[in-house]
Amino acid sequence: MSDVMSRPIPAPAVTLESKPFWDAAAQGRFLVKRCTACSKAHWYPRTICPFCASDATVWEESAGEGEVYTFSIMRRSPTGPYAIGYVTLDEGPRMLTNFVDVEPEALRIGLRVKVRFQPTEGDGPPAPVFAPIAEQ
Amino acid sequence: MSIKGKAYVMGAFEHPTRDAPDKTTAQLHAECAKGALEDAGLSFADVDAYFCAGDAPGFGGLSMIDYMGLRNVRHMDSTETGGSSYLVHVGHAAQAIAAGKCQVALITLAGRPRNGGNRPGASLRPGGGGSGLSDGPPEAGFEHIYGGSTHNTYGMAAMRHMHEFGTTSEQLAWIKVAASHHAQWNDHAYLKDVVTVEDVVNSRMISDPLHLLDCCVVTDGGGAVIVTSPEVARGLDRPRVRLLGAGEAPKGVLGGDIDLTYSGAVWSGPRAFDEAGVTPADIKYASIYDSFTITVLMQLEDLGFCRKGEGGKFVADGNLISGIGKLPFNTDGGGLCNNHPTNRGGMTKIIEAVRQLRGEAHPKVQVPNCDLAVAHGTGGSLGIRHGAATLILEREA
Ligand SMILES: [Zn+2]
Repeated sequence: MSDVMSRPIPAPAVTLESKPFWDAAAQGRFLVKRCTACSKAHWYPRTICPFCASDATVWEESAGEGEVYTFSIMRRSPTGPYAIGYVTLDEGPRMLTNFVDVEPEALRIGLRVKVRFQPTEGDGPPAPVFAPIAEQ
Repeated sequence: MSIKGKAYVMGAFEHPTRDAPDKTTAQLHAECAKGALEDAGLSFADVDAYFCAGDAPGFGGLSMIDYMGLRNVRHMDSTETGGSSYLVHVGHAAQAIAAGKCQVALITLAGRPRNGGNRPGASLRPGGGGSGLSDGPPEAGFEHIYGGSTHNTYGMAAMRHMHEFGTTSEQLAWIKVAASHHAQWNDHAYLKDVVTVEDVVNSRMISDPLHLLDCCVVTDGGGAVIVTSPEVARGLDRPRVRLLGAGEAPKGVLGGDIDLTYSGAVWSGPRAFDEAGVTPADIKYASIYDSFTITVLMQLEDLGFCRKGEGGKFVADGNLISGIGKLPFNTDGGGLCNNHPTNRGGMTKIIEAVRQLRGEAHPKVQVPNCDLAVAHGTGGSLGIRHGAATLILEREA
């Protein structure tokens, strides 16, 4: 782990619906919501499935792996360059995130990445960010 | 036209809860929607219009549309008049239905004043729930923490477009070059200097792959337009610009199905063109929202001025410059060079289209015999969620 392309992350706004996600994040576990009616996973997590409107949605533990769908590197910020982007999770949904611990030149679409949890400011729960999976 | 007899209230649902410590306001909106649709024997997929007031969590109606997974919305309204908003909405829905803009309008209200949630009339910022929980926009915790700005979220769309279609920074630069050719004639333009492709691609990188000169200007200011009935218009001593078609569409992250290679213009454009009974080939002048160069390129593709993926080739070599190219665009210099008042470029897009149709644009950029124009806008973020709107305007002979 390094400070390359890291930025301080503010505490996320936790809602009643998202609290199980953030509680799990505090334990280092990454959850996605899946609908048992249409079997699709979605992001961000909701009570009612955004694909079929069923309320039969359940939390599911994920390895938090996927690939970079797109990104953009903000070159100037008070804490240095950082990358925002979408990762396409292996479960299917694309989620917004920051890519960390990667040199700007090494970040590319299609790169395999894995979740890690970064502490947030104040006493907020840690936030999911993604870093490259080390190539063997 | 009257709304008399043109619309029916076919579904209604009052949520049974009177105290909801265990639900978010967004969830209550969705449960009310589900209840009313079930009452009517309809589904979320049938909804083609969405109405909420200003107290709904998020960004106008866009956050709730995305939250509920409404994919067929073609009419949106977030008129806020406090507690009477929903009666206003029924009236507005009837107008839209009578005009053929939609067939199934969903109107929702929800809130949690007993539990510290958003209150009508209170601040629209995320309200505190019990135990420090938020009851604000449902996406906030998953999106607002990552340092998203207009620059980097539009940058994400540009990066993906380049990856899928081979679009280049030089091609994007041509859009700024065309805008600057127009702005040189506009005394009020914030940037009046003509720039080259090299100037754009050599300007400093703001957020990959967008350079400083891929971005619009930041300006104070504003604008206004007046829309009248035909009777009033005929009594006025000004060239008459007639609205032939209007289309609108939200686009969000779609439960994680987001595809950044297209914008909501793929839906709003055909609606407006179909209503007007014209095609992109008929258009003489185009006002195209230009928060960034990539915004223009994607909207031109999505509106049908060229095929998806071929926007780079379409905008190159001065094709958007009045008097030189096939599709004169943003002849005031646009948001890229002239004006982007209070970071909202839609008003100036309408205004320059009106100037062109009246024949009142600067003589150096006036399109000869300009009798048909399009004005199109993307509000919000191309890279996350936005509202697209298209107008087809005609000079009445
Ligand atoms: Zn489902």
